[in-house]
Amino acid sequence: MTPEIGHYALVLAFALGIFQGCVPLYGAQRNDPVLMATAVPTAVAQFVFIGIAFAALTLAYVGSDFSVVNVFENSHSLKPLIYKISGVWGNHEGSMLLWVLILALFGALVAIFGGNLPLTLKANVLSVQSWIAVAFILFILATSNPFLRLVPTPAEGRDLNPLLQDPGLAIHPPLLYVGYVGLSISFSFAIAALIEGRIDAAWARWVRPWTLLAWIFLTLGIAMGSYWAYYTLGWGGWWFWDPVENASFMPWLIATALLHSAVVMEKRNALKIWTILLAILAFSLSLIGTFLVRSGVLTSVHAFATDPTRGVFILALLIVFIGGALALFAWRAPLLKQGGLFAPVSREGALVLNNLFLVTACLTVFVGTLYPLALEALTGEKISVGAPFFNATFGPLFLMLLLAVPFGPLLAWKRGDLPGVAQRLMAAAGVALVVMVATYAIAWGGPVLAPVMIGIAVFVIAGALTDFAERAGVGRVPLGTSVRRAAGLPRSAWGTMLAHLGLGLTLIGIVGETQFGSERIAEMKPGQTMAIAGYDFHFDGIAVRPGPNYRDQVATFTVRRGGDVIGVMAPSKRTFPARSTTRTEAALMARGFSQLYLSLGDVSASGTLAVRVYHKPLVLLIWLGTIVMVIGGTLSLTDRRLRVGAPKPARGKAAMQPAE
Amino acid sequence: MTRKQRRLVLIGSSLAVLVLAVGLMLTAFRDSIVFFNSPTDVVEKQIAPGARIRLGGLVKEGSIRRSDNLQVRFEVTDGRNTIPVAYQGLLPDLFREGQGVVTEGALDQAGLFKADSVLAKHDENYMPREVADRLKQQGHWKDDAGKKTGTAGKGVVQ
Repeated sequence: MTPEIGHYALVLAFALGIFQGCVPLYGAQRNDPVLMATAVPTAVAQFVFIGIAFAALTLAYVGSDFSVVNVFENSHSLKPLIYKISGVWGNHEGSMLLWVLILALFGALVAIFGGNLPLTLKANVLSVQSWIAVAFILFILATSNPFLRLVPTPAEGRDLNPLLQDPGLAIHPPLLYVGYVGLSISFSFAIAALIEGRIDAAWARWVRPWTLLAWIFLTLGIAMGSYWAYYTLGWGGWWFWDPVENASFMPWLIATALLHSAVVMEKRNALKIWTILLAILAFSLSLIGTFLVRSGVLTSVHAFATDPTRGVFILALLIVFIGGALALFAWRAPLLKQGGLFAPVSREGALVLNNLFLVTACLTVFVGTLYPLALEALTGEKISVGAPFFNATFGPLFLMLLLAVPFGPLLAWKRGDLPGVAQRLMAAAGVALVVMVATYAIAWGGPVLAPVMIGIAVFVIAGALTDFAERAGVGRVPLGTSVRRAAGLPRSAWGTMLAHLGLGLTLIGIVGETQFGSERIAEMKPGQTMAIAGYDFHFDGIAVRPGPNYRDQVATFTVRRGGDVIGVMAPSKRTFPARSTTRTEAALMARGFSQLYLSLGDVSASGTLAVRVYHKPLVLLIWLGTIVMVIGGTLSLTDRRLRVGAPKPARGKAAMQPAE
Repeated sequence: MTRKQRRLVLIGSSLAVLVLAVGLMLTAFRDSIVFFNSPTDVVEKQIAPGARIRLGGLVKEGSIRRSDNLQVRFEVTDGRNTIPVAYQGLLPDLFREGQGVVTEGALDQAGLFKADSVLAKHDENYMPREVADRLKQQGHWKDDAGKKTGTAGKGVVQ
């Protein structure tokens, strides 16, 4: 019965969505406050109904109701509860349901917290948001219904893909979806502004917190996914430039650009058209990502060809939404008046440069991701575009951007003083140079480019601190005063500093892991020892340990450094009988920011075990940096001026600081 | 600076970055793209020894020979042609006889494919895309991968 209730609730949400997509919009055209006001309760109700549908599916999973096809195919009665729940979104149908749930959640949030939005803007935004919801609910109902029943009811499910039975994967999709789908709000705001043909600085102030919120979750989601890949795939890679990863990375790049351009729009009333375009592009790339991942076009062109309903459906949605939005943009954007002149060398100019690099970098990712698909569709030739392509295109562009990062926050609005700023960055550049030379000396004969990149990263970090320290008056006033001043700086200033600092940390981690890491593969028998980067691994033995729905073959290694035992690592091979699959469970040991990484290959009949050991210097900085970025974003979000729904800038003109 | 000059600077720098990006992409396309080939392609196109390619197909039943130091030899087949492959290292969890595989490397003079990587990102639900297509073309498609494409490794979750 529960699945039917869920299905019915979803149909109701669909019907409500149609109402919400039309009536408030019509009300805004007619300037009828009663019609416009209907947007609020319908948006909330839509969320409630989709919530009921989602809860119904979750209940079916928790109760292992195998009469539901979706549960049968992706669950198992012996699976731990957390994976029964995460199994809801560990498959196509359920994850689409989560997608619309989050979409409706954002709509409801705007409805509830948007009390101070102009009535027409709010009505238009919620209507546009509802079109997206309607389209995707229709997609679920028509092609991917998670509530289908199975007769007769099987006794046991087919279990969730073992790779997905992992705590990281349990929370990764919801995080990522909040980010992905959160960008729909900026999209809806952009479309609403185009429909009204009017946009002002206040618009940017409303849009920015939502974008920031989406950006925070997108950053977390991408970092989480990368860490998951790192420790589960068993070969220590944390980023593969895989189309699925790129699908989430492209919206991140554009959302980052959007955050920065919205600052210009808010402060200086300039770059309006550009900001609108970015808002459209950011969500369009989310949709393209959804298409790439959900249509099956990546995993098998064969699947796309034999069962094209899903792919064609999403493709049609893409064309309608992206094409429609861009057409509306082309038609209405000229109506928006540009304002706020600025010299090329100025804060605005720096932010434009930032946007330029982020967008072009995104373009290279886009081309690298879609070119193989296009080439195959057109000529049948199959190619693979992998890391070398992205390293050679995205890499240089992003490094150039990083070089410019410290300059931005130091330049004045309207007209900046580049030589002056360069002078103020001398100390930061000096530190970077020293670290660069030191790295070069320590890693003598190592990779040549690595010290340069470390230097750039240190420059970004020191540059972020320079701006902050200057404003707190470090060195000019007594320490106590400057600490008080630092504490009194707007949270958005803290946000900028931390976000840029995190970026530098991540880069150091990337360089450390990719350029200075080492790897060894060997066959070992119990009692043997292998050494890497000054660590000795003694293979103690292998044992079998049962789990709830799997069986572990655990190998134990004693790790020594200079003869002293520093710990035990126990990687394993995990066999899942329900799908007769095996998964490698790597063992990790942190040493400061570096990690030792141990994963197992096959156990041969004679008892030798294939072992792969990595030393990954500074690898943890990759994720620590993203966490610092997220903390920066969160601080910015709590800034008074940006508080969701804050009616007016609390500090007015006095606080003309960027809050990215 | 006049408004016009400012605009020129803006447009000029945008174009410069764009040209740079396009230049980088074109160079990268020339150097870092690897073509996918089935064993039949390798035979028909007479791929030169030393050229970097991806070779994909099924691991031939009974062809896996392991020796010391994680050396392994196996044969990749698409039913019509078979290419011997040599690889040293750990094989992915789901590397099995009769399963699809994609390897990257180059042929040597003797026609042996020396692989430096064997792609791991598939399980029984995820046949590498290229392999699935070729097998389909050649009538060797047999499992239910088509039905279950949603559940591929990372693909499932995003």
